[in-house]
Amino acid sequence: MKTQDSNYRRLWIAIGILILLAPIGLILPELFKAGGAWGEWGVDEIKDIAGYVPEGLKRISELWAAPIPDYAFTGWDKGVKSLIAYIVSGLIGVVIVVAVSYVLGKILKRGNDERT
Amino acid sequence: MHIPDGYLGPITYGSLWAAMAPIWFYASQKIKKSLKATQIPLLALSAAFSFVIMMFNIPLPAGTTGHATGATLIAILIGPWAAVIAVSIALVIQALVFGDGGITAIGANCFNMAFAEVLVGYAIFRLIAGRQREATNTQGTRFLIGAAIGSYVGINFAAFLTAFELGIQTILHVGQDGRPLYSPFPLKLTIPAIMIEHVALFGVVEAVVTVMVLLYLRKSHPDLLRRQS
Repeated sequence: MKTQDSNYRRLWIAIGILILLAPIGLILPELFKAGGAWGEWGVDEIKDIAGYVPEGLKRISELWAAPIPDYAFTGWDKGVKSLIAYIVSGLIGVVIVVAVSYVLGKILKRGNDERT
Repeated sequence: MHIPDGYLGPITYGSLWAAMAPIWFYASQKIKKSLKATQIPLLALSAAFSFVIMMFNIPLPAGTTGHATGATLIAILIGPWAAVIAVSIALVIQALVFGDGGITAIGANCFNMAFAEVLVGYAIFRLIAGRQREATNTQGTRFLIGAAIGSYVGINFAAFLTAFELGIQTILHVGQDGRPLYSPFPLKLTIPAIMIEHVALFGVVEAVVTVMVLLYLRKSHPDLLRRQS
């Protein structure tokens, strides 16, 4: 029997489920006492690890302040609130990524139509 | 594997931005020709999947964390050049909005995960799964073994590039006081640190995610697995 899912509705639902499950990516590292990724430390951590903060590293690291750093909201960095912030961040991220993909796809496609 | 701002000096991040510009252009031209209106949702789904799967940080007990990227899987489903664009979109949004990976390092992170990983993973998949006609046998074990090994080697290749780019900073940029200006860890530290965790765990996670999604899709959306062949 052939399944019909021409709008990929089920796959979008799957993405939604993944967003809701994303806090696993916060809980597991805490459970197993694992830190962040290797080589993705902030300036403070670099100071602890290397004993000093390299001059150029400090300068460039201050270039950009992301609006939602580390998928967390200020004041919502502990317990259940951090998990909710993680889910909302995932949702915001997916919405932006999907919007950008559609806009880019449409622009590329328009160029295609004009030529033919 | 998302290199933050400040770890790479201008020589490295500059040349990797310069490398990515023609790659993005070429990939756009490639998908322009083949992109049908019906495939835009697949591009969006792929970028969304890559974004969200990278939120699943897997711990190395008492050590660091890592995650799958979906790069090879996406290449198998929508083709390597569309995958370059899809994974790049995820990485750019992660950097700009969530500070996951630096903005100066967007070129480097896209080169490692959206270009090198995609192409190496996909090439190995094709090599094992067979070209064209043979690969359309999506029920075959060669298809799945190719996807597993391709995605495993792909992410490890990206990990190696990341370790290499970080490690050469102590050679490229030294301040007047003799101390490194950017990432202060030499190659003999970055390569084992990043490679061991990816060879032992995160590469396996990538392969498991890839195979699980393919197993699901060949039941629910078998047409997706045949599209590229």
